[in-house]
Amino acid sequence: MIDEKGKQMDQAAVMERVVKILTPWVKDEKALASVSLETNILEDLKVNSARLVDVVIAFEDEFDIEIADEDVDSVNTVGDAVNLITSKLD
Amino acid sequence: MTRRVVITGMGVIAPNGNGLRDFELALRKGQSGVRYIEKLAECKFACRVAGAPQGVDALAEASFAEDELMAMNMSHRYGSLAALEAWLDAGFARPSPDSDTVDWDTGAIVGTGIGGMDTTGEKVIPLTDAGRVRRLGSTAVEQVMASGVSARISGQLALGNQVTTNSSACSTGSEAVAMGYERIRHGLAERMLCGGSEAASHYIWAGFDSMRVLNRGSNDEPEKASRPMSASAGGFVPGSGAGILMLESLESARERGVRIYAEVAGVGLNCGGHRMGGSMTAPNPESVRRCIALALADAGVAAAEVDAINGHLTATGADPKEVTAWAQALGRGPGALPTITATKSLIGHALGAAGAIETVASVLMLRGGFVHPSINCEDVHPEIEPHDASIPHTLRELPEMKVLIKAGFGFGDVNACLVLKKWQD
Repeated sequence: MIDEKGKQMDQAAVMERVVKILTPWVKDEKALASVSLETNILEDLKVNSARLVDVVIAFEDEFDIEIADEDVDSVNTVGDAVNLITSKLD
Repeated sequence: MTRRVVITGMGVIAPNGNGLRDFELALRKGQSGVRYIEKLAECKFACRVAGAPQGVDALAEASFAEDELMAMNMSHRYGSLAALEAWLDAGFARPSPDSDTVDWDTGAIVGTGIGGMDTTGEKVIPLTDAGRVRRLGSTAVEQVMASGVSARISGQLALGNQVTTNSSACSTGSEAVAMGYERIRHGLAERMLCGGSEAASHYIWAGFDSMRVLNRGSNDEPEKASRPMSASAGGFVPGSGAGILMLESLESARERGVRIYAEVAGVGLNCGGHRMGGSMTAPNPESVRRCIALALADAGVAAAEVDAINGHLTATGADPKEVTAWAQALGRGPGALPTITATKSLIGHALGAAGAIETVASVLMLRGGFVHPSINCEDVHPEIEPHDASIPHTLRELPEMKVLIKAGFGFGDVNACLVLKKWQD
């Protein structure tokens, strides 16, 4: 995928946008400040599990991709989300 | 077990003022909150004016977390803001979302007439019809479920007693107060946040416009559109907003040492059974008289003791019948009818929130010793004209006022009546 600057979007750029999407749902602000690819979305960021469907819809809109329900089941960490999205962008 | 029930906090989001201070100022000034609504013109409504609270999104954004706001439609925003104001006004601190402390002694009965129709119209129906159900996300159900507004408030304030939403059309807000009163009176709760919330939405108002019960003749003069008790009343003006009252046992209020606004002295609830002239859309006059009598008997208040009435008075053909019913129920004819005012003249008809916002207005008037102007009835309806001396065309100071009676009469032929007493320590 080509971003607005015409460069291939790298993992860091995807992560930045993933974190931005997650931010309004995050209940642990401290965990957000030190977020990494290993950060667990539900356990560390304390995102309400019921809201994951909204997060996935936002990912689809942001990256213009489709994410199947079975793909969502394997997403636990921020890195899982970034990898899933990156794989759809290829 | 029978206990006394008092009001120790209130909150309001109204077309003519958000918050108790601005709302009371607007009441005293007789300031209308009815405006021209462009969306109603776009949709070819015959009535293009309505009462809609202003600046609510900014207030909500300043008060609630971002993720919560994404699941709060207009009814939730109005109701939550009014509940939070009532909670703080009653002397409570806002509970931390991180605390697991639940207030088992406080509940909520927050009603709605129509519910989350803005969510239904803007999201559920278009996405479902387009085969895009998956796109609804997790927040649709909690915004369209009838109890969504009371559920939202219970989470914000960690309420652990009964939490529910009642719905009885235009009597909903008054009925909620009556229901909370019963619960506290019988010792089942110490405190109940009671009231109603109704969104400003063309989807909510459309059916009323088609029924031809809305005023279609004042689109160029919004502030003059809501005309209860007037000869030129041409139907009601749709309104919206929320009113919430903290009802509390007298014991609890005394133990906490908090300010008491007024006492809920008695209530009446009934239905006309769609008989004797009553129908889905018209009240049975006998049931109206009975409801008023029930409330007075419950309060142990004689009709002669009533100092003021805040009527249902919508600005339809039902107004003359309602005034007659008040006169008959109280046995007080022309010249003797208590001062009677219509809050709807200022804000329109807020449907499920009407009784709640108008009860907040009633308590402010009792406490402040005034009755707000009932505007837009310079031309009093001929059948009401004999009672003209009882209508406050301008602000009426009533420093000696002790008892005010408030009623709501709703579609379905349902009635709710509250007898409120000024609190004197």
